[in-house]
Amino acid sequence: MKLIFEKSVPGRIGVDPGAIPEGAGENLDLKYLRAIDNCLPELSELDVMRHYIRLSQLNFSVDTHFYPLGSCTMKYNPKVNEAVSALPGFAGAHPFMAYIDPATVQGSLELIYRLSSFLAEITGMKGVTTQPYAGAHGELAGILLMAAYHKAKGNKKKYVIVPDEAHGTNPASAAMGGYSVISVPVDRDGGMDVDAFREKMTDEVAGVMLTLPNTLGTFHRRICDIVEIAREHDSLLYNDGANLNAILGKARPGDIGFDIVHMNLHKTFSTPHGGGGPGSGVVAVSEKLVKFLPVPNVARSKDGSYGLDFGDGSSIGSMASFFGNFAILVRAFAYIMMLGREGLIDVSEKAVLNANYIRVRLKPYYDLPYDRVCMHECVFSAKRQVQKNGVHAIDIAKALIERGIHPPTIYFPLVVDEAMMIEPTETESKETIDEFIHAMIEIAGLAETDPESLKKAPGNTPVSRPDETRAARELKLTCNL
Amino acid sequence: MAGFTPHTKDDVRIMLETIGVTSVEELFSDIPAGLRPASFELPTGITENEALKAFNDLSRRNRTDLVSFVGGGYYDHFIPSAVDTISSRSEFFTAYTPYQPEASQGTLRAIFEYQSMIASMTGLDFANASLYDGGTGLYEAIAMAVRTNNRHKILVDRGVNPLFRNIIRTYILNIDVDIEEVDLNDLRTDQEKIRSLLDDSTSALVVQNPNFFGMVDDYEELFAYARSKNIVNILVFYPLSLGLLKTPGEMKADIAVGEGQSLGLPLSFGGPYLGLMAVEKKFIRKMPGRIVGETVDRDGRRAFVLTLQAREQHIRREKATSNICSNQALCALRAVVYLSLIGKEGFRKTALINNSRAEYCKKALGAIKGITVRKGPTFNEFAVDLPVPAAEFVKKILGTGYAAGLPASLFYKNMDCTLIVSVTEKRSEDEITAFAHAVRKALP
Repeated sequence: MKLIFEKSVPGRIGVDPGAIPEGAGENLDLKYLRAIDNCLPELSELDVMRHYIRLSQLNFSVDTHFYPLGSCTMKYNPKVNEAVSALPGFAGAHPFMAYIDPATVQGSLELIYRLSSFLAEITGMKGVTTQPYAGAHGELAGILLMAAYHKAKGNKKKYVIVPDEAHGTNPASAAMGGYSVISVPVDRDGGMDVDAFREKMTDEVAGVMLTLPNTLGTFHRRICDIVEIAREHDSLLYNDGANLNAILGKARPGDIGFDIVHMNLHKTFSTPHGGGGPGSGVVAVSEKLVKFLPVPNVARSKDGSYGLDFGDGSSIGSMASFFGNFAILVRAFAYIMMLGREGLIDVSEKAVLNANYIRVRLKPYYDLPYDRVCMHECVFSAKRQVQKNGVHAIDIAKALIERGIHPPTIYFPLVVDEAMMIEPTETESKETIDEFIHAMIEIAGLAETDPESLKKAPGNTPVSRPDETRAARELKLTCNL
Repeated sequence: MAGFTPHTKDDVRIMLETIGVTSVEELFSDIPAGLRPASFELPTGITENEALKAFNDLSRRNRTDLVSFVGGGYYDHFIPSAVDTISSRSEFFTAYTPYQPEASQGTLRAIFEYQSMIASMTGLDFANASLYDGGTGLYEAIAMAVRTNNRHKILVDRGVNPLFRNIIRTYILNIDVDIEEVDLNDLRTDQEKIRSLLDDSTSALVVQNPNFFGMVDDYEELFAYARSKNIVNILVFYPLSLGLLKTPGEMKADIAVGEGQSLGLPLSFGGPYLGLMAVEKKFIRKMPGRIVGETVDRDGRRAFVLTLQAREQHIRREKATSNICSNQALCALRAVVYLSLIGKEGFRKTALINNSRAEYCKKALGAIKGITVRKGPTFNEFAVDLPVPAAEFVKKILGTGYAAGLPASLFYKNMDCTLIVSVTEKRSEDEITAFAHAVRKALP
């Protein structure tokens, strides 16, 4: 299939923006103008439509395929979310109008304010910022909040503790925010090793970043001990809320003792992932961090109108141009409004039910390194298949693709060899999950009887396995124009 | 109440039996009893029908009747209908990051085309798969500069979007980087002063073209001078202006970053937007974010994959070039579709129409007694001095149906009467004439 540039025909017009007015550009000296023509393609509107619609057909997606990608919470995205985020009042609003006259954008401001209140209640926190654009961006905001808190108290802190099973974004965010990272191993239950943690904790530790439930799909049973140890050293507790989908209405980061939590609205609150974004990494904090939150934030005045609040000067500043990915906030707000209290609790119950069902059904066929009740996801290992038949997690993943199922997250978390991290989400039916289980069992059987067939997979996709080494070596990153 | 869990009572019973527990609650027994929520006070759910009505009502509390001349880096541009049609294809918008290339060639190819268009538009060698927005993109560019020459002073022209400057100041709170801002001279970059401030401790120079007041400049000589001192040149650009204006590549910028909202994205009250980044060849391994590369599959067919992943957080953890994971992929898709639809000629025409409408508006406002148009070349945005404070004036004229522009006093000291007026191709000459008439009437 050709690239769009290869379909270009000189002189062909797509969408015409109109006639060039007489004298246009004459106000500018030649030295300010581009000398070389732009290299954009020339196609008709129909050419462009066919090209991109055909490209879309090369993708797996939640609306077309089961997509149990662990840690990513690929649940169904209700279509009403798209309808409400596209309403002209929201889609057409210029964010600078909030600065010019908040009275012109009361709808947007009210939505941000009410969504923030919901998210504070869901997490048991006192303050919220909607600015962070994605989970990792929320983490960086959290790290900067930690820094501001310690600076205000005159604390000298240099380190952030991150357990081995954490998402890679945690140590990367801590480093980006100016801290050195101390790693702590996991224990036999798959949680951060509390004794090792106690040994590494000093007064120089600014904070501890914990994913709860963690990336092995477990809820740390000794979380209270961790909170207590951190508190003894005035170290803040950060909750990577990527897995919040498992505990809605069952536990709240604020009640547990966390000071900061980020939520991935594109995961838990069902906004589409868009092929890798945009997301939203809203951050909620405990009382002592509220004054450091990014500005401007949305405030409600006594007369019930909404306006901008620039804080008392303690704020860390701004993480985003305006209020974050607003259209994603609209979707999350719609989702919470529709589900309500009972619906959100139901989400977590069914997500955990589905994951445990898979855990139990697949256990006879694959190694389960942390063999206990899981939360929203379960992590298997292909170690048995590797040792006996030379079949790796990647081969299993490709065989699933051949069967029309998106693979789980593989080779993560790093603490599990040949990891396969399965997160079915609550929106999948028993029938779909049974089909997946059936496919996994069939693949486990083929690993014994015909491992070569798995090594060749997938054979029915637009491309077979690409040569990734060559991509990195030859670095062809643009079309020759 | 709406809900999206398909489980029947029988399903739940069978699944619990299979798991070997008697209730769903048992599956949550790892959560200590003392840690159960102190409260979970949320409203009762509503139906889709009720939600549609509630959101319609809420969205109507935003004014949609205003004829707008507000820009400031975020513009009300025309978006072809096909952009919405393509970007709302489920296969694009309900997919995730293309980790599995065999199941994601659509997204990967679209990103590859996007990278190609952004690189060629800016006249630079490579582009990444997107960053969050222009401001966060600017910080990533600064971080690249610091990694490259290991210096710690960043010189930033005050013509750079003040929101971007807020973001980079926030990002450096706890790291060893200093930002020094340089005042404008009559709303334009003070190139002489900047030259005098560049020294051996300067890591990067940051300028914006057109700047926040719409002023157009040429930085080729300044960049050549800075480069001779091993300083990284960062140019903040406005993508649609490149249909007409000298490109970052032609000015010999090392890194170009920009807000991509003008490429087919609605204003949406601040996002999602799109961080554009293009770099000179030598920076490729220092670039943040995802990058798609071309290769072949086992059968020798052309295939696309995420590449150079050893820069990224999921491999390098604390040593990664950035912490970015989710980016703005769907926004990048909208940009590539937008650029494909308007194409080579449409891109040039759009820039010229914008420029022409702004000049028309400049003349119309300049003809009003008491208004002074600030001197200097501009693209589609310009500054005027009013005889009254701009913030009050803009509020007053909202009543007649116009958002007249952005008061400079929101972000700059001693500019109470300066108004920044933006004009896109969506404003007709008739609208502009009527606007000028309304302005004349509203002035004392």
